[in-house]
Amino acid sequence: MNHLDEQVLPPQFDLPSLERNAFEWRALKNTLLTGFVWLLAVIASIPLFSVIYMLVVEGGARLDLEAITALPPAGFEMGGGFGNAIVGTLVMVGIAAAISIPLGTMAAIYLAILDPSSKLATTSRFLAKVLTGFPSILAGVFIYAVLVVTTGTYSAWAGGVALAVLMLPTVTLAAEEAMKQVPQKMKDAAFGMGCTNTQVIMKVVLPTGLPGILTGVILAVAGAAGESAPLLFTALFSNYYMAELAEPTASLSILIYNFSGMPFDNQIELAWAASLVLVMIVLIFNVLARVVGKSKFKD
Amino acid sequence: MAYDPFKSASSARTLSAPPSASDYLKDATFRAFAYFCALSILLLVGYIVFELGSQAMPAIKTHGLGFVTGTTWDTNEEVFGVLPEIWGTLYSSLLALLIGGGLGVGIAIFLTQGFVHAKIEVTFRTIIELLAAIPSVVYGLWGIYVLIPLLRPGAEWLHEKLGWFPLFGTELSGPGLAPAALVLAIMILPTVAAISADAFRRIPYKVKEAAYGMGATKWEVILKVMLPTASSGILAGMVLGFGRALGETMALAMLIGNVNNISVSLFAPANTLASLLASTFPEAGQMEIQALMYAALVLLVITFIVNVAGLAVQQYTMRKFEGKK
Repeated sequence: MNHLDEQVLPPQFDLPSLERNAFEWRALKNTLLTGFVWLLAVIASIPLFSVIYMLVVEGGARLDLEAITALPPAGFEMGGGFGNAIVGTLVMVGIAAAISIPLGTMAAIYLAILDPSSKLATTSRFLAKVLTGFPSILAGVFIYAVLVVTTGTYSAWAGGVALAVLMLPTVTLAAEEAMKQVPQKMKDAAFGMGCTNTQVIMKVVLPTGLPGILTGVILAVAGAAGESAPLLFTALFSNYYMAELAEPTASLSILIYNFSGMPFDNQIELAWAASLVLVMIVLIFNVLARVVGKSKFKD
Repeated sequence: MAYDPFKSASSARTLSAPPSASDYLKDATFRAFAYFCALSILLLVGYIVFELGSQAMPAIKTHGLGFVTGTTWDTNEEVFGVLPEIWGTLYSSLLALLIGGGLGVGIAIFLTQGFVHAKIEVTFRTIIELLAAIPSVVYGLWGIYVLIPLLRPGAEWLHEKLGWFPLFGTELSGPGLAPAALVLAIMILPTVAAISADAFRRIPYKVKEAAYGMGATKWEVILKVMLPTASSGILAGMVLGFGRALGETMALAMLIGNVNNISVSLFAPANTLASLLASTFPEAGQMEIQALMYAALVLLVITFIVNVAGLAVQQYTMRKFEGKK
């Protein structure tokens, strides 16, 4: 007696195939659109490779010891280089970093830890975000009015401060984000042992959040090194090595801008070589930021 | 004498002690300093607005609102108007947004919807991030010597065949709107792509699985579920990218031609507020500088409005998926 053996046939349904026909419109559209985003991704990467190719071919051909040490050539002169511009860029970025990193990190400490939801913190955070979209040339105009007009001269100081205005919001927001990643438990443990706010921040939060803070800081420095608009009428340009900080100062980006429009091949070759150096500086900072930023608290 | 638990618990051999007076002092100083630094951002923004406003004041008084509607910029006659620049700024940024925004969203989809192996995804993400790292002047140089020669034959052909169409109404004689807008598009692409990709990543995985469970194809899921859900985030990316484009200076100053001209033609030279500042400021006299300060103020107001709008949309998106942020 085994009624399970009896085949009870289910009513016959017309079961559709579970395979999708590849030429059905839905499936075809799927394939086409997939090809389309692939195409978009490839198109978007063309400019980067084209820029790098041009820099290596055009700039690399001219990049030698003379180019990175000599002074910029005038008009019809052959040879020359942009040594003073490299020094100027590094000095002004240094000034900007020296101002914006301490200020930005301290502001971030307030925003992330001391009083994250106070009125001041919310307003500052919002304004910092607005400032990141602030046109960089306006930083130049602002510093021109504040420093160049009052001191009566274009200077490396003015250029550095203009770059600092642009770096400050980036450093602040990145440092705040990094400090927020520090687990609350660690802070609680330190507070539980009777630490003051300052001790918790200096001995727990800063060391733990350091990789993230450094990433933000280095990226901000890289961005500042490539900036040119804020230097245009704060640092101006100079054809000589800088002797002091209170005089017009050359920078790589302004040199590229000035030389790009000149009708002389020599200057245009130098503009490419200077671009190569500038992009290398920026890329080195970017790679550095990636290496440093491998924090253990990131998911 | 009263019982003092601290006294009996402490002995000469322990290191633990309550914070000393100097610890409290250091703490108070440190906190005051941090407070001041947070305040400095506020003061900086206030100072920028005040300084640009007061510098522009004489020009505002002499030119009034006619400055914004005037179309000539003549130093000798001291007639200043920035309508062509406002037009050029908005037009070039809109064109850049059309190209860069579309590409950016496409790439955000490509990077977040599992089209490629995670390693290739990282490679493409790095490429897009590096696009943002290249300095503006380098793009300008590349535009002059690579992009303009590349565009010229196509532009000539379009002008010859379709010259009656306003977009192709003039010849591309070198610098012009088309190369400027293309470079601008490349520059805002990373912003749009990063913010849109972030919006896609915020969508709970369940949403996608539910759609797949109903038998939707990959692209039906993307177009009918993911895109609408991420739409506010994408909008934020677009608006912030637009804000970036409005303030971009050097590449435009090198590529747009710096000609006071209102034209819808893609190949006509034009000017933007930022590149007007960059190209005329260094040699400007007293009156012209005041007018340029007014132009800077106009640019500040436009970018401020656009950026605040973008940030507001972004904030709204974050709240939507995470409750209160």
